[in-house]
Amino acid sequence: MSVAAPDTTTTHLVEVTHLKKWFPIRGGILSRVVANVKAVNDVSFGVKKGEVLGLVGESGSGKTTVGRTILRLIEPTEGSIRFDGQDITHLPKNQLRAYRRRMQIIFQDPFASLNPRMTVGDIIAEPLVIHNLEGSAKARNERVAELLDLVGLNAEHVRRYPHEFSGGQRQRIGIARALAVRPEFIVADEPVSALDVSIQAQVVNLLQDLKEQLGLTILFIAHDLAVVEYISDRVAVMYLGKIMELAPSRDLYLNPRHPYTEALLSAIPTPDPTVKRERIVLQGDIPSPINPPSGCVFRTRCRYAIAECATTVPELKEVAPGHFKACIRDDILN
Amino acid sequence: MDDKRLVEVTDLKVHFFTDDGVVKAVDGVSFHINKGETLAVVGESGSGKSVTSLAMMRLIPSPPGKIVGGRMLFRGKDGQLRDLAKEDEATMRRIRGNDIAMIFQEPMTSLNPVYTVGDQIAEAIVLHQGKSKKEALEQAAEMLDLVGIPEPKKRLSNYPHQMSGGMRQRVMIAMALSCNPSLLIADEPTTALDVTIQAQILELMKKLQEEIGMSILFITHNLGVVAEMADRVVVMYAGRAVEEADVVPTFKKPLHPYTMGLLNSVPRLDLAATHQQRLEAIPGNVPNPLSLPAGCAFHPRCKFFKPGLCDTEIPALQDAGDGHMVRCVRWAEIQKGEAVSA
Repeated sequence: MSVAAPDTTTTHLVEVTHLKKWFPIRGGILSRVVANVKAVNDVSFGVKKGEVLGLVGESGSGKTTVGRTILRLIEPTEGSIRFDGQDITHLPKNQLRAYRRRMQIIFQDPFASLNPRMTVGDIIAEPLVIHNLEGSAKARNERVAELLDLVGLNAEHVRRYPHEFSGGQRQRIGIARALAVRPEFIVADEPVSALDVSIQAQVVNLLQDLKEQLGLTILFIAHDLAVVEYISDRVAVMYLGKIMELAPSRDLYLNPRHPYTEALLSAIPTPDPTVKRERIVLQGDIPSPINPPSGCVFRTRCRYAIAECATTVPELKEVAPGHFKACIRDDILN
Repeated sequence: MDDKRLVEVTDLKVHFFTDDGVVKAVDGVSFHINKGETLAVVGESGSGKSVTSLAMMRLIPSPPGKIVGGRMLFRGKDGQLRDLAKEDEATMRRIRGNDIAMIFQEPMTSLNPVYTVGDQIAEAIVLHQGKSKKEALEQAAEMLDLVGIPEPKKRLSNYPHQMSGGMRQRVMIAMALSCNPSLLIADEPTTALDVTIQAQILELMKKLQEEIGMSILFITHNLGVVAEMADRVVVMYAGRAVEEADVVPTFKKPLHPYTMGLLNSVPRLDLAATHQQRLEAIPGNVPNPLSLPAGCAFHPRCKFFKPGLCDTEIPALQDAGDGHMVRCVRWAEIQKGEAVSA
């Protein structure tokens, strides 16, 4: 348990240990499991109270599955999830509900995640009804108005329907809904990826303000490293179901220690035509998670790979204070 | 038209006649593309950038869409100068795929799932170059090799679903370049791809442009990609070009408040060590195309908005020197720092 070694000075609100999620592929007449998609394959990390932990990776890296498994929207195959000290991995549904109130999710697609037949007021009030909060209808309405104001929407909008709003405004509605039950922990799954550049900045700023104001703990999932670096205190980089590197966000950018992070950073085009960098272009595609490479899953695209990488599964180990990497080559990127 | 130029678009207007009213998706856009250069058209959703590119291919669905005005001069491979806005369908069919080729954002939906990639690439070669199917397939294999697909001969018999997103985009590029077009229109070609794959495709496009020498019209919303690929940039907002300049001045000395706003709102990794605490967002939303604000369409979101000036007349595109065009009545004041922000 090299990663999850708890930090003695701060407490983890959420702690994930050796988490695995394999999706079975069935085949044949007897529907036997013929293979598994190893979406998340032994991941451990903690999210400290009040911090924003960024989770980045390309499509198929397992970042969304991690987020949903923590909320038990997807049941884990192995490993454990602790929330505020309590193991919730196997908590039955009726007991889970109390925890669900304390952890909420914001989705990527502001169009698909709001019911088109409900008014904005009903959408935001629904979690209050489900969790039996705020008692009377009047108190609920007041809370809804307060939430709309909090996310920068007009309280007069309660009676409108989602289609009357733009993408950015809808994302604000999704945020208001998530905040309705006063959660402590939020999984934000690609909350700005579907938005235009000028609107993206508004929502990033809003999330940052809300985090300060409400003391939220956030798991911020995205594929855009620049956005993640901006909002996160620490960042974990995933590849093929595993964490490759985890570090304080500035540190990760300025001093990447894993070859994958190095390549990922260099692949991002800089909005400055006068900067000419030497780019590391990764060859090939991300391998199939059904049959990931042996040893280090990144070795097939890694320019530093040696024979040993095919046989040894690298542990995520601390290489500098708070900076972890899963790579057996200690002689590179120091 | 100037000999250096391949394309010259003047005052292009594309309107959509819907039940709810007329959407002026493109309303008076002018630009030119020189031979061998890459022009990037940047804008957010609804800015009219994709409609502009579809208009050049004459692929605007009609009804409801219609090119209601403007000229699109294009010098064909045969040396003839044509106005694409006026050509008949038969001529357009000869031009499409042959003189002008296009790649789209979604390599998944723009390839036909029931034909092999070999057949799909060969189709254009047979049609435009009059080669036999066998010769066309050989050329298709060469094209796949050119775009960096390993074992190209074997891949010819693959179907699109057997390939990854990055591979499919390479197939699209192979198909587009198979007839040696003089203009490649790339509409958000890397938006659906992961960054590491995006980097591969951008490198490939640059390499092929050097080898083949075609011009590229690159449509994107990603400013990083623009900085990387473009020689010149047109920034669009609500159906109009608001700024046009060489790539370096666009990023280093933007004149239009919208361009400035866009540049400030992007989080930048290269400034991570020194960055400020907050992103400078552009307030408000992209306007409804059915009821654009009066005057400058950007005025409700602009920090330099001056009542009575910005909301009365649509500003003209002015030359600020060195071919740097800007559509803002206050640009000079703003540059001198005299304009007070609201």
